[in-house]
Amino acid sequence: MRDERLIFEKSVEGRTGYSLPPNDVPQVDINALFGEEILRKTELNIPEVSEVDVIRHYTNLSRRNFGVDSGFYPLGSCTMKYNPKINEDIAALDGFAQMHPLQNPISSQGCLEVLYRMDKYLAEILGMERVTLQPAAGAQGEMTGLMIIKAYHMSRNDHKRVKIIVPDSSHGTNPASAAVVGFDVVQIPSDERGLVDINALEAILDDTVAGLMLTNPNTLGLFEEDILKISKMVHACGGLLYYDGANMNAIMGYARPGDMGFDIAHVNLHKTFSTPHGGGGPGAGPIGVSKDLVPFLPVPVVEKKDGYYNLDYDRPLSIGKIKSFYGNFSVIVRAFCYILSMGPQGLKDASGIAVLNANYIRKKLEDLYEIPYNRTCMHEFVLSAVRQAEKGVTALDLAKNLIDKGYHPPTIYFPLIVKEAMMIEPTETESPETLDSFIEAMRELATKAAEEPESLKHAPKTAYVSRLDEVKAARNPILKWSK
Amino acid sequence: MNTRPGLYYSKEHEWVRVEGDLAYIGITDYAQESLGSIVYVETPKVGKAIGKDEVLGVVESVKAASDVFSPISGTVVEANESLQDSPELINEAPYENHIAVLKIQDPAELEQLFNDTQYEEYVKSQGA
Repeated sequence: MRDERLIFEKSVEGRTGYSLPPNDVPQVDINALFGEEILRKTELNIPEVSEVDVIRHYTNLSRRNFGVDSGFYPLGSCTMKYNPKINEDIAALDGFAQMHPLQNPISSQGCLEVLYRMDKYLAEILGMERVTLQPAAGAQGEMTGLMIIKAYHMSRNDHKRVKIIVPDSSHGTNPASAAVVGFDVVQIPSDERGLVDINALEAILDDTVAGLMLTNPNTLGLFEEDILKISKMVHACGGLLYYDGANMNAIMGYARPGDMGFDIAHVNLHKTFSTPHGGGGPGAGPIGVSKDLVPFLPVPVVEKKDGYYNLDYDRPLSIGKIKSFYGNFSVIVRAFCYILSMGPQGLKDASGIAVLNANYIRKKLEDLYEIPYNRTCMHEFVLSAVRQAEKGVTALDLAKNLIDKGYHPPTIYFPLIVKEAMMIEPTETESPETLDSFIEAMRELATKAAEEPESLKHAPKTAYVSRLDEVKAARNPILKWSK
Repeated sequence: MNTRPGLYYSKEHEWVRVEGDLAYIGITDYAQESLGSIVYVETPKVGKAIGKDEVLGVVESVKAASDVFSPISGTVVEANESLQDSPELINEAPYENHIAVLKIQDPAELEQLFNDTQYEEYVKSQGA
């Protein structure tokens, strides 16, 4: 029988998972220690369960999970590459795992060296001057970058720059981050190539533009061919360029945002640099900046002097701290390990194979699915299930059927400029056999959609739960449990 | 896709129904069908002045969140509060459920919008 109870519902009053020895230190009245006014008045509602209850509860939940360790996960824009286990071994070393973040620099030289060298490595990969490792995710990297753009313009007494430009194919986080930092968001359309419409950009560039945010390759998996022209245009009007590094896995070792004219760039360590992704991460979204923007980086910056590493807080133009301590340190260690394991040629090969794999799938599916911008793509491509939708089989139906075939579905209904979009990103870590099996599954679904569409409307059937009511979940979400 | 005669339509898939000096504004049948099941609607504050092509509200579906742009300039005199509890009304009857009512500032702006047949042709030309 399936046990759907939450761990709170498994609680039995008085049941514990521990047995403490008698207290041998003086007991102190907690009210006297902290003051009654800050102590909680109501009972703390935590489950009372035994150790085996806890272990079974979470082990059973984990068995319903799907991750890169269980199967192919072609989730476009998310770069779900395999996470090598050596990363875990290194991050678990006592010298990293047992460190306290408040230890003084002299007893933390190894950790500071990792941060310092990681800054240099990422700066080289991005073509930037310096990097801050603090942001805990891509979106926080965006926020940090936009705060730096603001601080830069303000430092020049240029107060009229209130606009951030984003293309209509941008990640939703781009306009959201710009709004959070207090900018007005201006959207520009894509042209018939699926790239930034240069004329539309030209028309809105003036001295109120603070910057442009761009993903390259963009969310259609296409390289912005006019990037040098775009960066020249934006710089000419006094704006800065922000590189959203979500798609960095396509170009590592081949092209650098700094060389394209970007002033700020983030990378997602949990995408491109093989750290855990999904299930909450935690992630890391370091940003690199060009020389002129280094003074604005968050504090502290790790510096090396006379052979010793130290934390530099004396940076008057800094935007301040944006994350506690030094970022998600153990994630940075994993990515550092990945960079050292791969080496420069290995990173370049990873991008090359990622692009090859995406094009392989694209070519093998182009006869059965519409591919709106069908030309050589980068690390991902977007197909459109419009042909299948005419028969009543939507991108959502196809995604749900892929679950039954043992695959994590690709990203669907994004980017918004493609109808019935399915965004497929295989990554470099998949073998030709895996790609062939996935292609076969997609081809079978296309045939079924044409011949017996009704049979695809009820998937998934093999998953722990069948088709969920997404509308009800969005309209009436139950977000907390109470007794 | 269906349309109603007598309404004005915008390229961004909003409709306008004029009653005296008031404009009722909603999203078209094509827009609601493209969005899918709508789960949330954000309406503007009464009294707010909104310019042509400025954001009037937000419509969120299971697929995406989209801005609703005002096809004309005016001041908000009413927001359709029933959409707060029942956003699905837009899916059920897009032309009966407006998002907001504006007091029209410049009737000449209406002349730049499509009528029903022009709008249908526009949608077809967009490859729908």
